[in-house]
Amino acid sequence: MTRLPAAFWFLAPALGLIAIFFALPILAALLLSFSDFDIYAIGDPTALRWIGLDNYRQLLDHPLFWTALGNTFYFVLLGGPLSVALSLGAALLVNARLTRFKTLFRTIFFLPVVSTLVAVAVVWRALYHPEAGLLNPLLGLFGVNPIDWLGDPQWAMPAIILMAAWKNFGFNMIIFIAGLQAIPDRLYEAARLDGAGDWAQFRFVTLPMLAPTFLFVALMTMIGYLQLFAEPYVMTQGGPANATLSVVMLMYQEGFRWWNMGFAAALAFVLFAIILAGTLVQLRLQRRAM
Amino acid sequence: MLRLRIHHWASPGVLFRTLPPLLLACLLPLLLLAGCDAREPKVATLDFWAMGSEGERVQALLPEFERRHPGIRVRVQQIPWSAAHEKLLTAHVGGALPDVFQLGNTWLPEFVALKALAPLDAVLPAADQADIFPGVLAANRLQGHLYGLPWYVDTRLLFYRADLLQQAGIESAPRSWDDWLAALRAVKRQSGRAPLLLPFAEWQTLIALALQRDAGLLKEDDRYGDFRAPAFREALAFFLQLFGEGLAEVAGEGQTGNIYQAFARGRIAFLVSGPWNLGEFERRMPTGLQGAWATAPLPAPDGSPWPGVSIAGGASLAVRADSRHAEAARALVAFLSAPDRQLAFYRETGDLPVRMSAWTLGGLHEAPRVAAFWQQLQQVRGVPAIPEWERIATLVMRHAERAARGLSSADEALAAIDRETDAMLEKRRWLMDRKQP
Repeated sequence: MTRLPAAFWFLAPALGLIAIFFALPILAALLLSFSDFDIYAIGDPTALRWIGLDNYRQLLDHPLFWTALGNTFYFVLLGGPLSVALSLGAALLVNARLTRFKTLFRTIFFLPVVSTLVAVAVVWRALYHPEAGLLNPLLGLFGVNPIDWLGDPQWAMPAIILMAAWKNFGFNMIIFIAGLQAIPDRLYEAARLDGAGDWAQFRFVTLPMLAPTFLFVALMTMIGYLQLFAEPYVMTQGGPANATLSVVMLMYQEGFRWWNMGFAAALAFVLFAIILAGTLVQLRLQRRAM
Repeated sequence: MLRLRIHHWASPGVLFRTLPPLLLACLLPLLLLAGCDAREPKVATLDFWAMGSEGERVQALLPEFERRHPGIRVRVQQIPWSAAHEKLLTAHVGGALPDVFQLGNTWLPEFVALKALAPLDAVLPAADQADIFPGVLAANRLQGHLYGLPWYVDTRLLFYRADLLQQAGIESAPRSWDDWLAALRAVKRQSGRAPLLLPFAEWQTLIALALQRDAGLLKEDDRYGDFRAPAFREALAFFLQLFGEGLAEVAGEGQTGNIYQAFARGRIAFLVSGPWNLGEFERRMPTGLQGAWATAPLPAPDGSPWPGVSIAGGASLAVRADSRHAEAARALVAFLSAPDRQLAFYRETGDLPVRMSAWTLGGLHEAPRVAAFWQQLQQVRGVPAIPEWERIATLVMRHAERAARGLSSADEALAAIDRETDAMLEKRRWLMDRKQP
């Protein structure tokens, strides 16, 4: 027997943990997704059937899968850019030369990120209340008719997006600030000497220099937003009329509410494939742009 | 420093000197425990999970049980209702179910399919079983065995503002569907708003309307959905009419906010709800309105006797199939179902007793507002006793909501309900065919 290199023994504990708590469950879930594991199978193992790809086929016919997928994409496509734009804007403001109390603002903008989602959701539910909430009277000042934010299927998802963007933009803002501060001042000085205005400086110095930060932020936001769960879970429970049901929420319902584990596992792998595809597409796009 | 100490401990002399006292110190508690065991009778600790306020209030009854059974201690754990179903299922899979637990009636078939429950046929003599509302007892009997001992009953009926009805010229609670529509229209003319609260999250009202029409809901031994049958079709049509005429609002609870405030302000005048709201309304209605709200059994469709059928619901007590203290668990279940304890529990929680003698014992069948439940409980029916029921009920309401919002027609909704129900019952059909080749 050949002696294993010393590095193996240093890595072994970590690798062992990853194998047991990461690789093994994923493998088990993959196997589950080829079975119809449900409550009958818990009571009587012979009631388990290996059904191959049937779960994946049923998924395409599932009445709520396309709804959930559509809702999730809606959330990602509208909420993602909104959140990134918000955080970039906030980062530029906080990082601007004229801004005073930079640390204070940074802290304030970062607060939503570290506050508990459930507590935040309770407050936002109150803000969104159609009669007693604060938001509708404010909009009323601009002549907007009262909106039933969380009770109207058309408005529920925008309401969730608004709250999620507010909750998350602080994190990306910090990353953007780090990116901004890494841009050397001499570039701006040179641009000014060449007669570049504020907009030209932003367009031709700031944005190109931020490109790697942008890629990172966009990727992380997309991956995170595709796994939308907690916001609708505490705000709307997926309602009204399933307008805020996301893929992960559907997975949770199928898996832990109805104990339809095989199907839920299949759903998890489909979501994984979607996230992987989204990441690859985005990497490809950004690389071409650079 | 650390290295020095290791060296010091590892020297054989030290080890030999310290080992015997060390061992003794480890063993001493064990020896003491064994000594206690020999002197006192062994105490069985029962784990008991109960939901919500029941879990809190049942503890008042337990000291007496422990006094009567000196060998048993009961450890109660409170589980929130919203997480109860998931938690019980997960506990079963993890082998962590408590000895005794509270179980919603409609969950019973699921746990029987899981083989998680011990049969309780012998816990109560036949005479005592006959004292339980028959519809409720029947819902606990599966595959010929009693798997849950009914603990309290739950059914749905009308809560309404009698004063608002009177202002609208209606003297008494509606007894037929037509009366109900007329009363709702009259109140709406007065207030200008939808007077009925009908949340889509609760399937009980629509299903009760269907049972009133004698809908079977499922057919062929519960193998297929039967929602396109005329009975359910009529019930759904009535349900949708309530929304169509603006007598109930699709926005429902989100729009209404706090139902007690809405009820007190006259924003809503009708509510289909259960016994837990008796206590809540008494607590939350302003004193000036205490005489203004009332309860009544459900109205019946034309041609059916009043009161109309409602759902036989409630919670039962179940015993874990492989409980290590099965005898003690059965004793606890029997103790909690005795009529005087049922009455005491009602006084604590407002949960309605399952034993009819408890009602007469406390005069509940004549008490204002509670008497309506007594009347209603004579007319209750259970839902199909299959594990898939909650899922089916959820999908029924999903399509009913879509139809009420005008996103699909009633016919499309019914067809979709049947199609999805049939798909959901595929495994059940396979299991049944396998059993009888």
